[in-house]
Amino acid sequence: MRALVRIFSWLYAVAVYGFIFLPVVVLVLFSLQATSFPIPPFTGPSLRWYDAVLADTRLTSALLNSLLVAALSSAVAVTLGFLSAWGFARFALPGSALLRGLITLPLTVSYLIIGMGLLVLFNWAGIPKSLLAAGIGHVVINLPLCFAIIYSQMGDHQINIERAARDLGAPEWKVLLLITVPVMAPAIFAGFFLSMTFSWDEFVISFLLTRFDTTLPVEIWNLLRSGLNPKTNAVGSLVFAVSIVLVVLFELMLLRRKPA
Amino acid sequence: MSAAGNTGRALPWALVTPALGWTLLFFVLPFVAMGFSSLTAHDGGGFTLSNYSQFFANPAYWQAMVNSLQVTAIVTVISVLLAYPFAWILAEQVPERWQRLALMLAVLPFWTSYVVRSYSWLLVLAQNGVINRALTGSGLFSEPVQLANTRLATIIGFVHFFVMLLTLTIFANLKQLSPSYRKAAADLGAGPVRTFLHIVLPLTLPGIMVGAFLTFVLCIGDYITPQILGGNNELLMPQLVMMQIGRRGDFPLASALSIILMAVVTIAYLACARWLKIERA
Repeated sequence: MRALVRIFSWLYAVAVYGFIFLPVVVLVLFSLQATSFPIPPFTGPSLRWYDAVLADTRLTSALLNSLLVAALSSAVAVTLGFLSAWGFARFALPGSALLRGLITLPLTVSYLIIGMGLLVLFNWAGIPKSLLAAGIGHVVINLPLCFAIIYSQMGDHQINIERAARDLGAPEWKVLLLITVPVMAPAIFAGFFLSMTFSWDEFVISFLLTRFDTTLPVEIWNLLRSGLNPKTNAVGSLVFAVSIVLVVLFELMLLRRKPA
Repeated sequence: MSAAGNTGRALPWALVTPALGWTLLFFVLPFVAMGFSSLTAHDGGGFTLSNYSQFFANPAYWQAMVNSLQVTAIVTVISVLLAYPFAWILAEQVPERWQRLALMLAVLPFWTSYVVRSYSWLLVLAQNGVINRALTGSGLFSEPVQLANTRLATIIGFVHFFVMLLTLTIFANLKQLSPSYRKAAADLGAGPVRTFLHIVLPLTLPGIMVGAFLTFVLCIGDYITPQILGGNNELLMPQLVMMQIGRRGDFPLASALSIILMAVVTIAYLACARWLKIERA
């Protein structure tokens, strides 16, 4: 019986892993062939389409735009999230639960609807479509996330050392910069990293709120209009490679932090 | 608390106001604007309910909601059924020290961009894609099968993503279960099957509900997967919304459709929340 369960478990796990990996393997494999269609049979390795991607200034500038929007919107989201989390954790504010609920509310609404709302508002206010508009939308989706992560990590321990610092005469800004920020660093870092990932991958808000200068997912979307295209394979594989490097770095940093 | 006198009242509000202001200005206000917009006519004029009545009167619009609900329900059920055994195997059959690696491996393919991930399924499912080449090459089929641009393709693309998501949530749930429950059941004479059915499954049910609800919300609001994999043969709600903006620039109708979509999600949330509370009592 137990052996049967083990065998069946193995088969099932292998099947699920196969299902999960199938599209990515196909994506990367056919990015490496020189023919103008990324379809079987595989005709041998070539980096032709990677050259084409790196030479395409629309794609490379979209990549830089994406990085810029992700970094800046995440910095704003994590700053606002941290300050408000600190405010709510340290002081008893009237209507605190309600206000905290308001800040986390955007988590329950789909990106499409958040983007639609901003589009209608900006259209009505005469604000043109731009990377800035998309960045504002990215802060809307990431602020509740940063707030929730940082707020949930603020406990008695941290309040006690803050109090000790204040008793020893530290002014409020010194407590914030020298005590709270370092103590909360892991949560702040986690919030920033998650925001970066979500902003980097976000499509629909950027699609609705940008026009000429746009982000990488929107530019990839524009490539898709031409159907199956080995260039799309190459861009996708590059994004995949960069993400994996970032995740491995993140893991290593977490592992190094643990023993301390 | 020894907060200094004059900063005592100003400081807390100075800390929370930027976040609250941002939420009010760029989340609540857009929503109000969308509400107003949905009550105006596309070609000008005053207050009207025609955008909402159009949705109920036009069978094509109504059909998009039905399609969305059907696809979302199918995706949620299949994803839970596939993910649960997988999460169970990872949590129970894989040795402890390999579990972290096994999970990371399961998440790995999702680190490419969401748009590219849907496109990758198109490579697999296309007329001249991998599956059709394998089917015709092996002689099983003489003609390629229509897989891309169908509801099936949309469902496969969605299930791929949500199996990963649900595996993570169910795995976390299974790991949180104290082993003493299972030991107690075994001591009282229950076999592994009975222990699973009467102890493990009921205790992980609230977690499954949360995961299923998350799947429902994310799935019903997604535009990318149905647009890339399902094509325009059969429209889902997000596609219908985007179509109003793209082709016709009809913001009022798009706003009304978005609000209807959100109302459906809210109803699902209320239904789900009540169910979860009953479960906890």
